[in-house]
Amino acid sequence: MSTIFMDIQPVILWTDGLIFALLAGVLVLGMFVVIGLLDSLHYREKLADSPADKPQYSIEVLSVFDALVGTLRTRHEKTYSAPLAMHLYAKEFVERDGTTVRDYPRLQFGGAHLRDAAERRPDLVRRSAIGLAQGLAAGLLLLGVLAAWQARQAKLSLGEWLTRWGEGRLGWPGRTLVCMATLLLMLAGVLAQLAAGYHVFGTDKVGQDVLYITLKSIRTGLVIGTLTTLVTLPLAISLGIAAGYFRGWVDDVIQYVYTVLNSIPGVLLIAAAVLIVQGYIESNPELFDNAAARADVRLLALCLIMGMTSWTGLARLLRGEALKLSTLDYVDAARAFGVSHTRILSRHIFPNVFHLVLIAIVLDFSGLVLAEAVLSYVGVGVDPSMHSWGNMINGARLELAREPTVWWQLGAAFTFMFTLVLAANLFADGVRDAFDPRREAGR
Amino acid sequence: MSRLLQVDQLAVGIGAVHIVDGVSFHIDAGETYSLLGESGCGKSMTALSLMRLLPDGGRIAAGSVSLDGENILALPESAMRRVRGGGMAMIFQEPMLALNPVIKVGEQIAEVLGLHQGLRGQQMTDAARALLDAVGVPDAARRLDGYPFELSGGLRQRVMIAMALAGQPKLLIADEPTTALDVTMQAQVLDVLRTLRAERRMGMLLITHDLGVVAENADRVGVMYAGELVEEGARANFFATPQHPYSRMLFDALPRPGDGGRLTTIPGQVPRLDTTLQGCRFAPRCPFAIARCRLESPQWQTINGQQVRCHLAGSLPPRAAHVAGAQTISAPVTQALLQVDGLKVYFPIRRGLIQRTVGFVRAVDDVSLSIPAGRTLALVGESGCGKTTVGKALLRLIEPTAGSVALEGETLGAHNVPTLRRQMQMVFQDPFSSLNPRMRVADILLEGMDALRIGVASARRDAVAQLLRQVGLPDDAGGRYPHAFSGGQRQRIAIARALAVAPRLLICDEPTSALDVSVQAQILNLLKDLQDQLGLAYLFITHNLAVVDYLAHAVAVMYLGRIVEHGSAADVLGTPRHPYTQALVSAVPRIEPHSGQRIIRLAGDQPSPLNPPAGCHFHPRCPHASKVCRQTYPGQTDLGDGHWVRCHWVATQV
Repeated sequence: MSTIFMDIQPVILWTDGLIFALLAGVLVLGMFVVIGLLDSLHYREKLADSPADKPQYSIEVLSVFDALVGTLRTRHEKTYSAPLAMHLYAKEFVERDGTTVRDYPRLQFGGAHLRDAAERRPDLVRRSAIGLAQGLAAGLLLLGVLAAWQARQAKLSLGEWLTRWGEGRLGWPGRTLVCMATLLLMLAGVLAQLAAGYHVFGTDKVGQDVLYITLKSIRTGLVIGTLTTLVTLPLAISLGIAAGYFRGWVDDVIQYVYTVLNSIPGVLLIAAAVLIVQGYIESNPELFDNAAARADVRLLALCLIMGMTSWTGLARLLRGEALKLSTLDYVDAARAFGVSHTRILSRHIFPNVFHLVLIAIVLDFSGLVLAEAVLSYVGVGVDPSMHSWGNMINGARLELAREPTVWWQLGAAFTFMFTLVLAANLFADGVRDAFDPRREAGR
Repeated sequence: MSRLLQVDQLAVGIGAVHIVDGVSFHIDAGETYSLLGESGCGKSMTALSLMRLLPDGGRIAAGSVSLDGENILALPESAMRRVRGGGMAMIFQEPMLALNPVIKVGEQIAEVLGLHQGLRGQQMTDAARALLDAVGVPDAARRLDGYPFELSGGLRQRVMIAMALAGQPKLLIADEPTTALDVTMQAQVLDVLRTLRAERRMGMLLITHDLGVVAENADRVGVMYAGELVEEGARANFFATPQHPYSRMLFDALPRPGDGGRLTTIPGQVPRLDTTLQGCRFAPRCPFAIARCRLESPQWQTINGQQVRCHLAGSLPPRAAHVAGAQTISAPVTQALLQVDGLKVYFPIRRGLIQRTVGFVRAVDDVSLSIPAGRTLALVGESGCGKTTVGKALLRLIEPTAGSVALEGETLGAHNVPTLRRQMQMVFQDPFSSLNPRMRVADILLEGMDALRIGVASARRDAVAQLLRQVGLPDDAGGRYPHAFSGGQRQRIAIARALAVAPRLLICDEPTSALDVSVQAQILNLLKDLQDQLGLAYLFITHNLAVVDYLAHAVAVMYLGRIVEHGSAADVLGTPRHPYTQALVSAVPRIEPHSGQRIIRLAGDQPSPLNPPAGCHFHPRCPHASKVCRQTYPGQTDLGDGHWVRCHWVATQV
């Protein structure tokens, strides 16, 4: 085995690195999306003691994701505990052998299966190893299924397909994909194993599992990113292209609108809008039958108002591009045939700015996820009862000053946000390359 | 003469592709050597590699370059900076892009002076002014303090030359120095280059695709094809007896005056250099090629002082003497198809907060034209004279301010625009921007038929195939995107698009100026064929007088928004009467030896149409201007046969 590694020298070319990065971006993004989707299927449980003919439901709204993670949601400690700890973070008076001593009390759930602190480390290693093995097994299973399916499609023998896969001669980056997926599965395996017995990212002030909160925050981030972009796009595309193509007074009006909008501080506008919505919610409690619905309306309002304020950048970009395109001869040629404006816009202008739109969507998306965090920190973001990275950071703010520091809340939010934004940006890079006409010409 | 530049077996590669392959030539001091060839033949790459300014990924694979005995390729980069500018300097094609728009002209020249001559302060300013004087920039002292945007294209190119000279180079490399300029400007700039070369005994490498420019400037000529030199010789010999089939075909592809016949075209394209090339690179396009040509790359042979790389050199049939074919006289001119009267296009200039109109740019001022069916009217003039605006106003792409346009007696207005658009279509100058890159060719052709609802929808697909055949494109072209086609093929697509609605009149806006000579010949042939088959009338907008000579029946010369001379092509180009037409005609570089005709050089530039000079617009540049020219705009002077001029000077002679 070792001789094999002595005989070769691994070479990573630039493009190899880029493909790895892109695929990792796609996979991570995909995983986030899956979690977000699972978390978007909501239901209310029927209360156990309600009569069958007149069922009563719990006031708590749960999602499929909550059901899947099982006890992670309900295992509340008393207050802060560090990641993977088996004791609380602060000393308390505890009853021990009849006497009251001041010590770190044991956690109710985190490491509850351990008898003493000496067992913790071996247990962690054992669980990690099991998780790795499970992840690897899942990866191999994935490869097996993929190989069986692909070999059938390509009418090859399984062995032959695997050789091709191993040599990277598939015509698509199959090897990289499977390797990255396996790595991610192994990471997930370790997390799952550890989370079963510990609080992987510790617990927060009221004893909730931080890993659970972080995972729940994914949906908030995704909703804000995508919904806001969806609000932005029609405005940006229609107004931007119209301004560039029609010029004259249309251009003047649209330019005035976005200049005015841009000159109002965005945070102020968003704060005002969110406060109005908040006021409306509070004065009409009968419209919203539970806390989740209230938080949701506020989230929707936030998306709308952020969308209304953030279309100007893309619109300006598209206006410039449309200005340039509308002077090109092929637009003149179409006008010489009497082709209608809508048709020129849809067939000549829009397809030629589409790559810009696509790139802008993905870049904006990551910007919006970050903006949510900032707004929640300022206090005009999503509802405080809603799980979001912004709220987590906001909650961690005061505790950072504490000695010893409670760092894990901030750390977990930071890690997840960083991963999502990085993945989205890598994905954007790939998308941009795929749609760049200059690259097309080179191919 | 001393040997100034010696290039031996130079090979330049980008990646694995050799875009220049084994090129050897030399230039003596005070000599102009001209590299000639179609685009994509490696001319510019040769020049850039002499300066060692190759683009990213480009590298010099083999060969040697020595300037004044010093091996350039062996120098370290630090020493190379002394050679660039000091040893050799370069003038680029596009004067609009070669000057930094935010730095004053004087400072840009001074930078070079400081770097290569170590001048400072007053001395430097004086030197810069002297340079501008030398290149013939009027009012040099004031220009030093100006920014590039204040200068016209011709003046900018002269400033570029002044900058190139500031390092006192021994060799001047001019890469298509006049391609972007009008003929009158071209003549001025070439004059400047000729005088400077003689005064300073510089060597000059002139890169061009224009045989006329070569004929008037070069001492020796090298013809490049697909990265190789294929022929080299002294100018006189080369123009008298070009030996290589490629050179001969370049000559034959040039449109000639009064020639009713077809132009020789070179079939195919310059081969892609990333494929393996075997044998003579020109063989696939050569009408004389024999089996040996395809197998064996030819070696240099010398035939009466000319070097040529061709197996068949010397044994080729003598060139057919050029017979001016009798112009096919078409049927007597009947009623005018298009009648334009008093067409005016004014663009308002708006100022201030409420965008008040403070004046007008008179882009087209009272233009009247008439084109009979099946004939060609050429609209000639320098860029900025409003000829393209006329074309667009006829199609109502720009709303005309005044005037009437009648098609077969029917006056066209806003109410019957669809009629107009079925009868008139346009072919644009740049085949790269006139086709939507994201539409298939078939969709491009269908667009007009769909918009104007021509024929039944099911028949339109068949019409597309018919159109493609008509313009000489393969049947499967419809399914492809424009980027799969070369410039000439794209222009065919553009012509097919215009023909799709079966118009009676085509407005061709410089349809060949972005194309190589051989491709230009193909397009001109196609236009001529279409005219014969379909009885199309053309309004041919161009600044290329050779094309006008070849194609047009009648010519209208425009200056600053007005037609100054109008008549049959033979009359206007053969015996031009307006001083401006005379200058235009004489400024065209010709490959035939000059017939003793004095070349008229126009002073200065075309004034801005924003505030045209009082009286005759042309008087500031006119050698015959008198007092009356400065006061009143001349009326029409008839010279018979439909030939008329607007000129006081001519009026006094008649």
